[in-house]
Amino acid sequence: MELLSNPFYQRALAAAAFIGFANGYFSGFVILRRDALSVSALSHTMLPGIALGILATGALTQWNAFAGALFAALMVGLGSVAVSRGKRVAQGTALAVLYTSSFAVGVAVLPLLKTRQQLEDWLFGNIVAVGNADLAISFATGALILLATSLLMRPILLTLFEPNVAAAQGVPVRFVQYLLFGLLVLSLVSSLQAVGCVLSVGLLVTPAATVALLTDRTPALFWGGGAIGAIGSAGAVLLSARFGISPGPAIVILLGGLFVAAYLFSPRYGLLFTKRH
Amino acid sequence: MNESPHDHHDCCAHHAHHHELVIDRLTVHYRRVLALDRVSLATSCGNRVALIGPNGAGKSTLLKAIAGLVPRSAGTITWRGTPVRKWSREFAYLPQREEVDWSFPITVRGLVEMGRYPQTGWWRKFSDEDTAAVERALESLALRDLQHRQIRELSGGQQQRAFLARALAQEAHVLLLDEPFTGLDRNASRLLAELLGKLSHEGRLVIASHHDLASTADLFDEALVLSTRALAFGTVREILTDALVDRAFGQITPAS
Repeated sequence: MELLSNPFYQRALAAAAFIGFANGYFSGFVILRRDALSVSALSHTMLPGIALGILATGALTQWNAFAGALFAALMVGLGSVAVSRGKRVAQGTALAVLYTSSFAVGVAVLPLLKTRQQLEDWLFGNIVAVGNADLAISFATGALILLATSLLMRPILLTLFEPNVAAAQGVPVRFVQYLLFGLLVLSLVSSLQAVGCVLSVGLLVTPAATVALLTDRTPALFWGGGAIGAIGSAGAVLLSARFGISPGPAIVILLGGLFVAAYLFSPRYGLLFTKRH
Repeated sequence: MNESPHDHHDCCAHHAHHHELVIDRLTVHYRRVLALDRVSLATSCGNRVALIGPNGAGKSTLLKAIAGLVPRSAGTITWRGTPVRKWSREFAYLPQREEVDWSFPITVRGLVEMGRYPQTGWWRKFSDEDTAAVERALESLALRDLQHRQIRELSGGQQQRAFLARALAQEAHVLLLDEPFTGLDRNASRLLAELLGKLSHEGRLVIASHHDLASTADLFDEALVLSTRALAFGTVREILTDALVDRAFGQITPAS
């Protein structure tokens, strides 16, 4: 494969591995939080965020798209946490209201922009177009996520398992919850380049969901998710070139295929081996 | 069963004074609702204390308030002569079954290891001592063979034991159990009763909410009759008189 000596292609493979690992690792927390649906809501929120970023600065660049997506996702994500703090409104409800509203804003703004063509990349990703700056961003994002969650793994797990008990033990539960939400948005934005905002949920849920079918050890969710994310993403980029399909969908299809395989063949929980202990 | 609590355990013999838990006029509000009204009680380790009373009497709230899980609006909790401000590592709270996320992908061993987090803090690696405490806890609750099971794959009694093992790994002296016997079959209930007896003999203080009056005398040494206020506290034999129980339950015989 002479493609492998192509610098664009090498960058795409490296980016896919980084992004896949960071998102796969973080998918462990998404699984434990049981809020895959809110991740889906957030990923859609990024689109109007990007539109607003372009509208505000008049051009579509990596940076203003990143900033716009981050801004919109943070507004909606943290806003939903804040609104639900009063316990009057469930967080899912708050999120649904806020994300559909902001999505509507995005849809209204989108026709006013002249860069619609390039926005296709933000929808479904275009990892082959990844530049050195993009690679650096995805690497830094992944490192930050890994560092923050590794340092705070115990308080995070306590918070996710028993928030009451964690709070009593002096864990700053609210800080941990905001931190997880912030990192979640960061993961979503970092996956834009690879799979775009519509498909990013796949990368941020499927890897750990697959691992959860294979093991009950909590740490394995994160590291296993990272491994599946990295190998699946890089593998899908290779396969997509071979079969001439877009890499973004290829990543999500491959990860989805691995999930189905685990669902069917997992020695522990697989449909075909439902032996009880 | 009702011999003096000072004879039937051995942990505190070497202490000048007993391990005493003193709760003084503890008051808890949920928003504007008064959940506990100036509840006082004094007991010491080696005892098994039942909290009895009708639904909504504040049994769970009292356990959570002692554990530091709900803020108290007034009153003090003193353990071994020292006021407990918010939380003490020597207190372990075991939640009601339906409050636990059983599908959380954690093994029995992982759960028990969580009991060491207060000692290890956020970063420190598990020392040999931590590992030994986990092993001891698994061993003494006969969970060694089950340690790699996910917590949902356990029976009700085993689940209770897994949480008790976490409390032991934490080296807790006061075990606060919310309805531990609810949902257990007869055999599991008997095993749990034996276990609580053993733990209190080792010098731990067991406090549990309990709704089945009939079995209270067999399972506990002391009882607190609760109906937002503490109606009575004493040994089970003193407490379980018809008049008191009727007052607490408002003349309605509870389903057991």
